[in-house]
Amino acid sequence: MNLRGALCAATALVSVAATAAMSEEITIATVNNADMIVMQKLAPQWEEATGNTINWVVLEENVLRQRTTQDIATNGGSFDIIFIGAYEAPIWGANGWLTPLDDFADDADYDLEDIFQLVRNGLSADGHLYAVPLYSETSFTFYRTDLFEKAGIEAPTEQILYDPDFMEMAAKLHDPENGIYGTCQRGKAGWGENMAFIGPLANAFGARWFDMDWQPQLDSPEWNAAITYYVDLMTNYGPPGATANGHNENRALFKDGKCATWVDATSAANDVRNPNTSSVADVTDFFKAPMQVTSNGTGWFWSWALAIPASSQKIDVAKDFLKWGTSKEYFEMVGETEGWVAVPSGTRASVHDDPRLLEAAPFAATIKEAILSVDPANPTKDPVPYTGVQFVAIPEFQGIGNYVGQQIAAALAGQSSVEDALANSQQFAVREMTKAGYIK
Amino acid sequence: MARAVPHKTKVFNTAVAGTIGFLMFFPILWILILSFKTEEDAIRAPFQVLFSSGWTMDSFATVQERSDYFKHFMNSVTISLGSTFLGLLIAIPAAWAMAFVPAKHTKDVLMWMLSTKMLPPVGVLVPIYLIFRDLGLLDTRVGLVFVLMMMNLPIIIWMLYTYFREIPGEILEAARMDGASLREEVLYVLTPMAVPGIASTVLLNIILSWNEAFWTLNLTAAKAAPLTAFIASYSSPEGLFYAKLSAASIMAIAPILIMGWFSQKQLVRGLTFGAVK
Amino acid sequence: MATKASRTAARMMISPSVILLLGWMIIPLSMTIYFSFLRYNLITPTGNPFVGWENYYWFVTDPSFKAAMINTLLLVGGILLITVIGGILLSLLLDRPMFGQGVIRIMVIAPFFVMPTVSALVWKNMFMNPVNGIFGQMATGMGFEPVDFFGQIPLLSIIFIASWQWLPFATLILFTAMQSLDQEQLEAAEMDGASWSSRFWFIILPHLARAITVVILIETIFLLSVFAEILVTTNGGPGTATTNLTYLIYVSSLLQFDVGMGSAGGVIAIILANIVAIFLMRMIGKNLDA
Repeated sequence: MNLRGALCAATALVSVAATAAMSEEITIATVNNADMIVMQKLAPQWEEATGNTINWVVLEENVLRQRTTQDIATNGGSFDIIFIGAYEAPIWGANGWLTPLDDFADDADYDLEDIFQLVRNGLSADGHLYAVPLYSETSFTFYRTDLFEKAGIEAPTEQILYDPDFMEMAAKLHDPENGIYGTCQRGKAGWGENMAFIGPLANAFGARWFDMDWQPQLDSPEWNAAITYYVDLMTNYGPPGATANGHNENRALFKDGKCATWVDATSAANDVRNPNTSSVADVTDFFKAPMQVTSNGTGWFWSWALAIPASSQKIDVAKDFLKWGTSKEYFEMVGETEGWVAVPSGTRASVHDDPRLLEAAPFAATIKEAILSVDPANPTKDPVPYTGVQFVAIPEFQGIGNYVGQQIAAALAGQSSVEDALANSQQFAVREMTKAGYIK
Repeated sequence: MARAVPHKTKVFNTAVAGTIGFLMFFPILWILILSFKTEEDAIRAPFQVLFSSGWTMDSFATVQERSDYFKHFMNSVTISLGSTFLGLLIAIPAAWAMAFVPAKHTKDVLMWMLSTKMLPPVGVLVPIYLIFRDLGLLDTRVGLVFVLMMMNLPIIIWMLYTYFREIPGEILEAARMDGASLREEVLYVLTPMAVPGIASTVLLNIILSWNEAFWTLNLTAAKAAPLTAFIASYSSPEGLFYAKLSAASIMAIAPILIMGWFSQKQLVRGLTFGAVK
Repeated sequence: MATKASRTAARMMISPSVILLLGWMIIPLSMTIYFSFLRYNLITPTGNPFVGWENYYWFVTDPSFKAAMINTLLLVGGILLITVIGGILLSLLLDRPMFGQGVIRIMVIAPFFVMPTVSALVWKNMFMNPVNGIFGQMATGMGFEPVDFFGQIPLLSIIFIASWQWLPFATLILFTAMQSLDQEQLEAAEMDGASWSSRFWFIILPHLARAITVVILIETIFLLSVFAEILVTTNGGPGTATTNLTYLIYVSSLLQFDVGMGSAGGVIAIILANIVAIFLMRMIGKNLDA
């Protein structure tokens, strides 16, 4: 071996050693939504490129939220990257629990400005960005073109009314003998489950969570009208066992061809329209979520985003993964490997304008328009002291939202009346708000 | 046999007990069948599932690809064996002493130990979590071994105590007369007589630790996560998922089920808690 | 009689377990009691001021509290009833002469080995789901409206699932006890013309009494904190139909992240558990000494 060769070998050794020393093991907590499963599938490419390894902790949404909150609030340091939503990001960021990602703006390749302003605002607190989105969503109506045609219903082009338009539609389409339910909506209790549908529904009926003095409004006639409508709709034209159906259950039902209509997340559209994963890919289309006395806050706003707990010991590696997982290149890679129809939506302008996406998923334009029309600062007919469409951006909301969700599920299951459910909810909300010091 | 049993009665008994046994076992059998089906077939009507579709190992492959089964499996094995044997080490002397040198308060102590098991774990999760964080025990097997040992210690002591009590004291005294030391007494006289009891204690505790799903989920993240965490990642539906869920379930319960079946004679023999005179 | 030296040795042998259990009980318990007097919410870091009995007030006046107490009793009572009666019947049956008893016994005890999480998931999805579950498909196939188990009969469904897991355990213990029954005594009674029911009431049942107490004690210990089954299937609902005390504490401390109130609930649950424990200990103590 000559000197040159020896030198080369030595340098190679050194560089191997250097990579080995640099390589870190990070732990990521996530939910098992379709887009996250794709990310898990592609992540080995990042691992190979950087020499780092990833431990995935995959949990059900509620459990994920509980585990990550518990860990981050007690400074446990179990996770280096966590998936959080538009509700947590600002609250946790303001608590100082998350690593600010403001320096992402300096990375020209990453092009932070390319991510929709609305989404970035939703993931920021006090002017600092705390999370970067994998996808964002609003809600709109999924419907089956074949069933509409068969029933002789014209697909609406303008925003329709819940009562009577949407109800009549569901009535005409309902055909349980043949395993088709007029409408599938969320019934599983939880602020992120049934309340995500019911919140915008209540907004449409002119209801609001709190008045300007933070006094809960759940016993108002507007809430009563909205919940009565919901229970009627679901009891008459919904699938059996609706109180067990959350987003994923309904998505499965819809993809299996059992639902004629479904008001839910735009982010499910790529999955429902993907012929590899859905039996109704060719016969599904979309229109706006219905309205009633107002069109304010009739489509929700949500974003699933990646954040780094302040307690993480491996912030640099974690940041590198965040950039990779939300970069233009990542979305392109999903397009190339999983098909462009599977590309997560609602985050980057450049992705939404990509001709390959528009060709594979023409509905992407509808989604972009729907998302950009959401205004979380003005979610209701009457003025409110809070922001957020289907949630109220205060820490106490998840407790209240879960409780109200349970009460409404009880009303849906026929275990209590709508009046009782809302009276209990009001009582609980007043207690919680008093406890937290909003009501003196 | 005291009496010849008519053949007809025997057939009748077999039919009734067999039907009940089959119904009890059916859910497990059913997921075993579903785990070898495609997702599309798995949601068909029961008879169609049985007779009109093929068999595949795809679901097992998908599950393995998504979550590393062997890592979780090894964690489960380590945690349940570790906590059981550590528990045994501490419990045998205690149970021996209680059984053979009973004091006035022995029974009260035993009852107090059992009553600690009635505390709802969820009530002390946050304190334990904070302590674990400070000791660096979060997401470690050592931490879980300790917690599960503490959870099961009262049961271990109680079970052993009841077996030891069945052993006639005279034998021990005879051994002592012959000059056996305490160590010899425990090792050569007591232990052999208590083997069935110890065996079934071990088995029961392995089962309980293997299936413990509260602490194992809340105190782990990735490194020490056992099979309870493995199955938790399949708990929310994602499109068609019955076959995948079945495969993951079978993978999670099979080891303990097989162990249970092979050792059921030992388990039954010792599982008396002193209830049999 | 035990000598002084052996007493000392005995004490040394017991002390590791006692010290460990004492530590395991006292350290978290005193922290829980301490937290229960603080305003301590994980998501609103406020410096955790002392608030006296406020958390207890809020927990006890929570409308869910009463429901949780009742549900806890119904759950424990219902499962005990099913498993003890079912266990007695099954062990009587298994004790009779039959072919392939070993195989049948293996099938009967199998559910005991299944993780609670898995069993809840399997029952919820593959059986009790009204659209794709077996029960639903059978009902639809026969032209009936499928039962929405977790909507219409939520608590009963959970009792059923938990009973499926615990029935084998009860059967195992009772069956073991049954085998030590004096057959000659039974036959003698039969010769004397005692009817089957009087043989059952006066010979078999008294013989099983201790085993039954053991089953009740052990099952109660585990059933007071039934959790996984509820979390997986109903999340305590609809409404509060399936919220037991353990689940209510979970909701307060880990879904609302109100550690203060959750701790107050924990302290209350511990007190209640101890009352149950004393009651059970009396019962079992009496029965075990006999």
